[in-house]
Amino acid sequence: MSILFSGRAAGASSRQIHPLQRWLMFWVQHLRQCIGSLGELWRTPLASLMTIAVLGVSLTLPTTLHLLVKNVQSISGSFTQAAEISFFIKDDATDTQISTLVTMLSADPDIEQVRFISKSDAMAEFQQVSGFGQALQLLDDNPLPHVILVLPRHTQPQAAEQLRRRIEQERIVDFGKLDIAWLERLDAILLLMRQAVLAIALLLLTAVLLIIGNTIRLSIINKKEEIEVMKLVGATDAFIQRPFLYTGVWFGVFGGLLAFLVVELMVWWLEGAIGQITDLYQSHFTLMTMSFSEFLALLLLSVLLGLAGSYISVSRHIRAIEPSGP
Amino acid sequence: MLTFDQVSKSYPGGFIALDRISFELAKGEMAFLTGHSGAGKSTLLKLISLIERPTSGRVLINNVDLKRIRRSQVPYIRRDIGIIFQNHRLLMEHTVFDNVALPLVIEGFTGKEMVKRVHAALDKVGLLDKVRCLPETLSGGEQQRVGIARAVVNKPPLLLADEPTGNLDPELSKDIMRVFEAFNQVGVSVLIATHDHSLVARMRYRTLTLKQGKMINDGLLQYEEPL
Ligand SMILES: Nc1ncnc2c1ncn2[C@@H]1O[C@H](COP(=O)(O)OP(=O)(O)OP(=O)(O)O)[C@@H](O)[C@H]1O
Ligand SMILES: [Mg+2]
Repeated sequence: MSILFSGRAAGASSRQIHPLQRWLMFWVQHLRQCIGSLGELWRTPLASLMTIAVLGVSLTLPTTLHLLVKNVQSISGSFTQAAEISFFIKDDATDTQISTLVTMLSADPDIEQVRFISKSDAMAEFQQVSGFGQALQLLDDNPLPHVILVLPRHTQPQAAEQLRRRIEQERIVDFGKLDIAWLERLDAILLLMRQAVLAIALLLLTAVLLIIGNTIRLSIINKKEEIEVMKLVGATDAFIQRPFLYTGVWFGVFGGLLAFLVVELMVWWLEGAIGQITDLYQSHFTLMTMSFSEFLALLLLSVLLGLAGSYISVSRHIRAIEPSGP
Repeated sequence: MLTFDQVSKSYPGGFIALDRISFELAKGEMAFLTGHSGAGKSTLLKLISLIERPTSGRVLINNVDLKRIRRSQVPYIRRDIGIIFQNHRLLMEHTVFDNVALPLVIEGFTGKEMVKRVHAALDKVGLLDKVRCLPETLSGGEQQRVGIARAVVNKPPLLLADEPTGNLDPELSKDIMRVFEAFNQVGVSVLIATHDHSLVARMRYRTLTLKQGKMINDGLLQYEEPL
């Protein structure tokens, strides 16, 4: 409605049209501006490509780190399952005492599995693994103790620790050793890595925000003349802003897709190398790639960044442009 | 329709471009605004289109004091005023059609209605055959006429023109003036700033004359036989 002329039909809204049709027209106009700003990207291909590349590369690093953490986490998860407790048997224990203990442990409801390794078995294994075979044969006495390996039913560190303390009370047991320290260390490292990923991501994303803001600022300055004309014929700031916001969104879409492609490529390339390593260790480790929801999150983040970057720029610079008149 | 009440405008630095100007333009009236270069003609038009604000005094359009208009309302005021600029102010990278359609697109027009109005406006200024051209490929006079088509395309009740015949030969000037007269006859108020004394005198419309920011004449100008 016109402010000056109360009777004056203002704009398209004045005509007798169905609300549904008006609603449709609103979206048609949005779509037109959206596609129009895609064309704008095409007009300055080099600058657009650079911005998209910066956005894509900046997103690649945090995404890769995230995948790394995710994979390490899954590996450490499989390790926790295998937490074993080793009980070293006193030298003076007799064979009957040992076999009684093994039978007793096998019946323990807290214990999944029991394995006895005699001192001679341990020696043989040690000789094979360590490569000190010749040297060890020079020893006239076997210095290794008998060992009972116990796999607890409850594999959480606390439950396993409780079990260790209980069985340590047995008379012939010298001491028990639960190797969870390294697991805790791994957990700590993972936590540190996750925080590092977050910090790096925050820094990079801030940089990306500024870079997108700057690109949009330059294109606003390039179109200063055009913006002035639009303001002179009655365009609101919101109307002038919209194409620039859409440009930001397009930057986000393409930047996100680029980051996805680069990460996928990297994973594909790494998979070969990792396959060789895991074959050596005869483990069935498969590299986890990005899930569909992670892909969507990446794209959403990228689009939000593009939108926010352009909004920062647009809200300041378009307001500042004032036409100087006839 | 348009009222100036003791309006003064001094630019930053203290230069007084307009000094206590008062006049009234009735609804459906057509008038010329003349004066030497630097007299303040463009400044007066800028006050109406809210590109500048007066230092003192009041400008009213249809009894609405422009002082009351907030920044966010300015675009809506400009949609009611058709402005023809001294230096065309066309979008050089867009076609004639897009240029003329701009005020309609801003107001939310789409499709057939928009095309119909753009063609009608271009028809009035005789440029229907140049719809698909870029402004660069047009002559100065043709560009001026594209500017006129854009100013009238959404049928504003008030039309302001700053040197609309600046680049035109006398024949074309006369044609353009006829276009303005045609708009005037359907009830549009028209205010035309121009240097062209002979044209002003020949047309015999009310003439406001500025001299160094002061209004020195309001009424018919004596007809002077061109040399
Ligand atoms: N933005 C500005 N800042 C300072 N002074 C200005 C500004 N705009 C105009 N002026 C001064 O105000 C005076 C009137 O300018 P204006 O543009 O209104 O003249 P005009 O009558 O339109 O002249 P012309 O016929 O040459 O277009 C001039 O002396 C000019 O120097
Ligand atoms: Mg001027």
